[in-house]
Amino acid sequence: MKQEEQKTLQIPNKINALPVRRPGPIIAGVIVGILACLFVGWVITNPRFEWNIVWKYLFNENVIAGIWWTLCLTALSMIIAIILSIILAMMRQSTNPVLRSVSWFYIWFFRGTPIYTQLVFWGLFSVLVPKFSIGIPFTNVEFWSINSADVINAFYAAVIGLALNEAAYLSEIVRAGIEAVDNGQEEAAKALGMSHAKMMRRIILPQAMRIIVPPISNEVISMLKTTSLVMAVPFTLDLQFASNAIANRIYKPIPLLLVASFWYLLITTILMIIQSQLERYFGKGFESQPLSSKIDTDRTSIDSYNVKEQSEINKKNDARLLGLNA
Amino acid sequence: MTQENNQIAVKAVEVHKAFGNLHVLKGVNLEVESGSVTVILGPSGSGKSTFLRLINQLETLTGGSIYIQGELIGFKHVQKNGEDMLQTLSDKEVARQREKLGMVFQRFNLFPHMTALENVMESPVHVLHMSKSEAKEIATRELERVGLQGRFDHYPNQLSGGQQQRVAIARALAMKPEIMLFDEPTSALDPELVGEVLNVMRTLAKAGMTMIVVTHEIGFAREVADQVVFMDKGVVVEKGGADIIDHPQTERFQEFLNNVL
Repeated sequence: MKQEEQKTLQIPNKINALPVRRPGPIIAGVIVGILACLFVGWVITNPRFEWNIVWKYLFNENVIAGIWWTLCLTALSMIIAIILSIILAMMRQSTNPVLRSVSWFYIWFFRGTPIYTQLVFWGLFSVLVPKFSIGIPFTNVEFWSINSADVINAFYAAVIGLALNEAAYLSEIVRAGIEAVDNGQEEAAKALGMSHAKMMRRIILPQAMRIIVPPISNEVISMLKTTSLVMAVPFTLDLQFASNAIANRIYKPIPLLLVASFWYLLITTILMIIQSQLERYFGKGFESQPLSSKIDTDRTSIDSYNVKEQSEINKKNDARLLGLNA
Repeated sequence: MTQENNQIAVKAVEVHKAFGNLHVLKGVNLEVESGSVTVILGPSGSGKSTFLRLINQLETLTGGSIYIQGELIGFKHVQKNGEDMLQTLSDKEVARQREKLGMVFQRFNLFPHMTALENVMESPVHVLHMSKSEAKEIATRELERVGLQGRFDHYPNQLSGGQQQRVAIARALAMKPEIMLFDEPTSALDPELVGEVLNVMRTLAKAGMTMIVVTHEIGFAREVADQVVFMDKGVVVEKGGADIIDHPQTERFQEFLNNVL
């Protein structure tokens, strides 16, 4: 597009200079090409990969069910975690000191203990709390009760464990996003008579989303793999456990690891596509952000492309910084 | 402009503001009549922007009081142990008091994730709970009033600074404010874009809007202002009609004008 733009312009004495000689890409291309060929050849010809077994189990019904459970765990725990994290982030910035401390304590506790330990704990929850009941505290009067093991089965224990842990990390990302929104936005919203809640929902969070989508997507992809820890609960239907179980049964660990990796990679690829769609959605109004206050819409020159590239770079830098902080 | 009713829109009595140990406003007294235009001049750091932000409660008063149409802002009188005390208003009450005021900022502060039209419609729909179609009608009218036909679907970053500031004015006007506050509305603009914003403000003044304008545009003050206030170091040094620009009474104002003109 940039090329076409330049061709249509009539520039007198247009310079048609040869580009600087850059042998780097050619040399690197040759070396990487040779290494890639060697690697692919090794992967195909090495009999220990046992590609026939990989193919045989790629669509095994336990593996497919494992994908389903892994997706359920990821999706449910992330949804709960995102909602909880927004609440935690807002509590953290509240003027109410009690809410602030609760949020701080939550983050301290759930980031401070290993996820594996937390999952084991949720697995043992029904031992600690045998039943839920509604009654009058400090008396034996009880109106209603239910065994906690019936409510919190292995699946829900896994979801709760993953979600509560993730919320602690996410809330720091959300907080960073909220703080990155220009102060003037809050003043403008207040001056227009908006309440705090409305301002958050309509003005601040939508703008914070643009900043927090990359690190949250990062967390989703990370969560996809973290679900393989749910055997600690123990929950034993996820993709990692299912493929591992087959491997143990037929004594073929390597091909089944390939099966699991293939599916994880495929899902990650899909998630990355969704991420770029989300970034585009929340980035509306931020494309080709002007560096100065003066930018004319009718001017579609090379400047605006550079500006766009610059803002892309800035966005990536922001994301990286947030990722590091998280 | 219009002097037919001498109602006081804004009244500031012995207003003090301190940020920590920094004493920014040291007893400011000012009255602004309904339908009049007051221009506040002064060097940077004189406290003029802070004063404007106090009126809109973006800052809280340290001392003194401000009344808007006779109503004390930010606080209410309560009886505690037989004593008359001031109690801070809740966010909701503050939001209600702000409804009479519209504010325009130096940096525009448009909502970047919304188009020009959505920016103007936002608070009529979500604060005044108007229907979308009604709000759109008002927004269309206000945007046309500031001369932005054909720019409704542009996002702020697709507009020039002057156009953005005009959207900001339309956004404030859509809330039907009785008093408009302008905090250096042209200071962030390139020189060739200042005129279009001043024109909109001029029209607004002619229509009888009560306005308080903090600015460095002496020409605008001379032409439009009913009252000119010169502030320096946290106090009002001189105030009077627009004629004081040409006949300053104090040395400091004279010095300031020499530097600006």
